[in-house]
Amino acid sequence: MNRPLTISLKTGVFASVLALAAGGALAETTVTAVMHSDLRVLDPIITTAHITRDHGYMIYDVLLAEDAQFNIQPQMAEVAASDDGLTYTFTLREGLKFHDGAPVTGEDVVASLQRWGKRDTGGQMIMDVTESIEAPDEKTIVWKLKEPFGPFLATVGKQSGVPPFIMPKRIAETPADQAIQEHIGSGPFKFVPEEFQPGVGVTYTKNEDYVPRSEPASGYAGGKVVNVDKVQWVTMSDSQTAVNALQSGDIDLIESMPVDLIPLLEGDDTVVVEKRAEYGFQTMGRMNFKYPPFDNPQIRKAALMAMSQEPVLAALTGSPEYYKVCGAIFGCGTPFENTTGTETLVAKGDPAGAKKLLEEAGYDGTPVVLMQPTDGPTLKAQPVVAAQQLRDAGFTVDMQPMDWQTLVTRRASMDPPAQGGWNMFFTNWQISEIASPINNVMLNGRGDQAWFGWPDDPEMEKLRQEFIDAKTPEEQKAVTDKIQAHAIGVVNYVPLGEYNFPQARRAVLTDMAPTAVPVFWGLKKTEE
Amino acid sequence: MNTSRSAADKPLTLRLLSQISPSHTGFGPFIAAIMLLAVVLVTIFSPWIATHDPLAMDPLMRLKPPSEEHILGTDGFGRDLFSRMVLGGRISLLIGLCAAVVALGFGILIGLVAGYFRIADAIIMRAMDALMAMPSILIAIALVALNGPSIGSVIMAITIPEVPRVVRLVRSVVLTAREEPYVEAALALGSSTPKILFQHLLPNTMAPMIVQGTYIVASAILTEALLSFLGAGISTEIPTWGNIMAEGRQYFRINPGIILWPGLLLTICVLSINLIGDAARDALDPRMKKREA
Amino acid sequence: MLTYILKRILSVIPVLFLVSVFVFLMLRLTPGDPAAILAGDNATPETLERIRDAMGLNEPLLTQYVKWIGGILHGDFGTSLISSVPVLDLVSQRVGPSISLAVLTIIIAICVAIPMGVIAAWKHRTWVDYLVMSFSVLGFSVPVFLVGYVLLLIFSVKLGWLPPQGFKPLSAGIAPFMERAILPALTLASIYIALIARMTRAAMLDVLNEDYIRTARAKGVGDRRLLFVHALKNAAVPIATIVGAGFALLISGVVVTETIFNIPGIGRLTVDAVLARDYPVIQALILLTATLYVAVNLLIDLSYSLFDPRIRY
Repeated sequence: MNRPLTISLKTGVFASVLALAAGGALAETTVTAVMHSDLRVLDPIITTAHITRDHGYMIYDVLLAEDAQFNIQPQMAEVAASDDGLTYTFTLREGLKFHDGAPVTGEDVVASLQRWGKRDTGGQMIMDVTESIEAPDEKTIVWKLKEPFGPFLATVGKQSGVPPFIMPKRIAETPADQAIQEHIGSGPFKFVPEEFQPGVGVTYTKNEDYVPRSEPASGYAGGKVVNVDKVQWVTMSDSQTAVNALQSGDIDLIESMPVDLIPLLEGDDTVVVEKRAEYGFQTMGRMNFKYPPFDNPQIRKAALMAMSQEPVLAALTGSPEYYKVCGAIFGCGTPFENTTGTETLVAKGDPAGAKKLLEEAGYDGTPVVLMQPTDGPTLKAQPVVAAQQLRDAGFTVDMQPMDWQTLVTRRASMDPPAQGGWNMFFTNWQISEIASPINNVMLNGRGDQAWFGWPDDPEMEKLRQEFIDAKTPEEQKAVTDKIQAHAIGVVNYVPLGEYNFPQARRAVLTDMAPTAVPVFWGLKKTEE
Repeated sequence: MNTSRSAADKPLTLRLLSQISPSHTGFGPFIAAIMLLAVVLVTIFSPWIATHDPLAMDPLMRLKPPSEEHILGTDGFGRDLFSRMVLGGRISLLIGLCAAVVALGFGILIGLVAGYFRIADAIIMRAMDALMAMPSILIAIALVALNGPSIGSVIMAITIPEVPRVVRLVRSVVLTAREEPYVEAALALGSSTPKILFQHLLPNTMAPMIVQGTYIVASAILTEALLSFLGAGISTEIPTWGNIMAEGRQYFRINPGIILWPGLLLTICVLSINLIGDAARDALDPRMKKREA
Repeated sequence: MLTYILKRILSVIPVLFLVSVFVFLMLRLTPGDPAAILAGDNATPETLERIRDAMGLNEPLLTQYVKWIGGILHGDFGTSLISSVPVLDLVSQRVGPSISLAVLTIIIAICVAIPMGVIAAWKHRTWVDYLVMSFSVLGFSVPVFLVGYVLLLIFSVKLGWLPPQGFKPLSAGIAPFMERAILPALTLASIYIALIARMTRAAMLDVLNEDYIRTARAKGVGDRRLLFVHALKNAAVPIATIVGAGFALLISGVVVTETIFNIPGIGRLTVDAVLARDYPVIQALILLTATLYVAVNLLIDLSYSLFDPRIRY
C-alpha cells in the first residue's frame, strides 16, 4: 500500500518541478503573424504565389542564396565552375537532414532541381541548355551545360518567384503539374500538418536538428539561427481586424500594413511600424497584344501617354512616404535601373498628346476591356484610376469587376475580349522578381508562349539572348538599357511606380532581418 | 378577398390577429410612408442634390474628414462621400425593386402552374424545397462570384432564393381558390386553361403578392449590402449603399461615417418599407403572417 | 406516428438529390478555373490544361457528378482542389466554432425574445408593446454587419472590455469562450430576437383570448403562471416554427459575423472556397447545410406533437 503512494508522490513533485521550469526560463515562445495573404497552396514549385514562396523559405533550404548585397553565397552547398563555364559542381555541407530524419543526398537535390526546372521561367531557360544533372555520390551534384549560361549562379541562387527548394527525392518526383502531398524540407522550421487549416492558419515549429552555417545571417544567406519555438501564421479577414488584434496583443506582426491604418497605431509605444526591406513592389499594367485596340502599337503608346503614376500610387498606398514614381522596368535603385521613355508617366501624363495620337492611329472607339479585381487590398485601386485616365484621353473603357481568382483565370484566355478575353489588367511584382531580363517574365517575346498579353517580339528575344551571352556587368547593363528603350517603345507593359507597405510589429519582436521575403530566422521575442 | 369568409369562421381570433401588427401604433405607417417618400425623392433627384460627380476621383484628396467642400468627407479614391451616398441609394432601391418584380414574376408563374396542374406540382415543389434548403446567402455569393459582379447577376442572385417563397404562397392561394364555386363554374363551362389561370386564379394572388413584394424589396436591399460586404457586390464604378459601406470597412476606425451614414439611410429605408408592408398586410389580408416559411 | 416519421424522412431524399444537382450544375456551368488559382501567376496555357486534367475537370459532367455522388455515398466528400486537404477534415475543423456560435445565439435570442414577446402581448397596446414592436421591426431592417461594427467599436475599441477578434473553444474554459463569443453572438442574435419576439407576441395574443385562458384567469391562476405556463405552452408551436425558419437566417448571419470577428467557422470556409472555385468544398458545404436545414425543420415538425397534444399523426 505504501510504495505506490511514495512513487506517485515523487512523480508529482517531479512533475511540478518540470512545470516550474517550463513556466520560467524554458517558456515556449510563439510568434503569431498575419501575413499578406492566406496560405492555401503548399507546393512552392507549382505556384508563384508569394505566400507559398514564404512558406517555402520556412521549411526548405536552398543550395545557394543571395546575401544582403545581392551576391550569391553558398547555403546548403559550395559550388565550383569549370573554366569553360559548362560544368558546375556542387558539394553539400555536413549535417543536412530532412525533417523526417533522413540525410540530404545528391539524389534528392537532382530530383528537386529537375522539378524546379520544369516550372520556373529562369529554370526553364537553364534547362534548355542543360546537358545533364547527376549525383555521382551522396554529397556531390554535377550540372553539365551544352553552352555557357552567363547568369547561371544568379538564376539558381536568386530570391524570386520560384526558388529551387530542396525536397526529398520521393516528393520531388511528383509530376510538376501535380501538387506535392508531403511537406518535408531540411529548412530551419518544420511544418505541422495537423495544425494546417487553410483559411485559418498554419503552424511551424523550430527544427531542432537544423545546423546553421557559421557565418552571420545576411539576406537569405548565412546562418539561419532560430530563436523562437513556434511560428504561427493566422489569417484575418481584413486589415482592420488585424490592427485591432495587434493592439490587443493577440498577434505580434502584421507583415503588410495598409498605410491608411497607420494613424490608429500612432502613440502606441508597444507597436512599431517600419519599412521592412529597402525594396518593395512594382505595380504595372499589361495590355493584350492579340486584339484591338491594343494590337496597334500606336494605340498602346497613346495609353502609355494617357497614364500618370502618382494618382495610381496615391490611391493604392495613401501616403507619399510609402511610394515613389519610377519609370524603370527593372526597378529603381537596382543595377539595371534606366528610365528611358517614361517622362510623361512619372509626371502628369499627356492626355492631350494621347488624344492626338489616338486620332492619328484611327482609334474607332473599340472598348478597352479592363479587368478590375474587387478583392485584394493591393490590386483594387490601379484599374479604377487607370480607367479614368484612359477615358480622359478619349478611350472607351469597359471596366469589368471580378474577384482576383476570376481575373487569374480569365487573363489566361486567348479569346477575343468580347468572348471572355480581355484588353488590360494590373498586377504587382516584388522588385527582385523584375530586376533582370531573366526574371522579368513580361519581357518574354515568344508570342503564344509569352506571359499573358502574348507579345510576339523577335527583337526583344534577340536582346534577351544578348543579355545571357553578355560576359561582364558593363556589357549586361548596355543590353538592359536597350531593353528598357525597346520595352517602353513597343509598350511591352506600363510600369506604374513602386510602393512598399510597412510592417507593424509589437515592440517585443526584435532582430528582424530586413529582407523582402519575411523570414523568421534571426528574430527574437522578449517576454513581457 | 377571403376576409369575409374567414371573419365568419373565427371573428375573435381574426380581430386579434389583425391587431398584432405595429401598424396599430397609430401614426407608424404614416410616418414610414413619409420617410420612404423622402428617401425616394432624394434618390430620384440625386443628380441635383449631389454636390459633386460621385465618380470623379482625386486620389491625392482621399479619406478627408467632413468639410464644407465635402459634407461627409471623401472615400478611398478621394470621391465625395455624400454624392456617392445619394446616388448609391438610387441603385440600391432599383436593385430592390427589380429583384422584387423578377421574383414575383417567376414565383407567380411557377406557383400558378404548381397549384393548378397536379402532375407538375410534385416535381416543382420538390425543386422549390431543394432551393429553399440551400442557404440563400451562400447561393447568392456563389452566383455573383461565378458570373461576375454586374447589376444583372446581383439581381439574379438575390432573386433566385426568393422565388420558392413566392411559389409556395401563390400555390397555397391557388389551391384554395380553385375549389371556389366560380372557378368550378368556369371549368364546367369549358373556359380555357390560360383563361382560368390568369383571369380567375391570378387576381386572388394579388393582395398577398403586394405584401410579399414589399418584404422582398426590403430584404433585397439588405442582401445587396451583405453581398457587397462579403466581397461579391457591384463594381465601385456604380455606387450602391452596399459597396460604399463595404469599402468603408477598412477605414471604419478612421472615419466610421463611411459605414454609418449609408447604413443609417439604408436602415431608415428598409424600416419604412417593412412598416408599410405590415400596414399593407393588415389592410389587404390580415391572416398573412410575415415571411411564412 | 412511426409511418409518418418514416415518410417524412424518405421525402428528404429527393430534395437533397435536387440540391446536389443544383449545386453541381451551378458550379460547372459558370466561369472560373481552380487550375489557374493553383498554378499562380506564371502558368502557361499548356500547364493549366495539364493541371485541369490532373484535377479531373476535363471529364464529362455526368462522369464527374457520378464520381462525386458515389464518393459521398461511401462517406468520401473529396479533396480540396487548392490545399489538397480532405473536405471532411476541413469541415470538421471548422464546424465547432460555427455550431457553438449558433447555439449561443439561439440561447440568447430565446432568453431575450420570449419574455419580450410575452410582455408585449400582456401589455398589449401600451408603450411597452410599442417599444418591443419598434425594436423588432428595427431588428429586421439593420444590416447585420452594421450591428457587428457598432458593437465592436463600443466594446472592443472604445471601452477595451472584450477582445476584438478570434475564437476560443468551449474546452478552453467558459470565460475565454464567452469573452470572444459574446459580441458575435449578440450581433447574430439581433435579427433573431426581432423575429422570435414578434412571433411570440402574435402567438400569445392569439392564445390569451382563448376560452380556457379566460377560465383559468377566472379561477384565479396567477398572472405569471398563466402567462409563462398555460399560455406560452400553447403558443409554442408557432414559436418553434419560426425558430426553425430562422435557421436559414442564422446561416447567413454566421457568414457575416465570422467575417467581422474573424472566427474560423464554416461560413468563412464557404466564402473562401467560392472565391477560390474550390468545387468539392463548396459542394460539400452547401449539401451539408441543406441537410442540416432539412433535418432541423423535420425535427421541428415532429416536435409539434410534443408541444401541442391536439396535433397527432
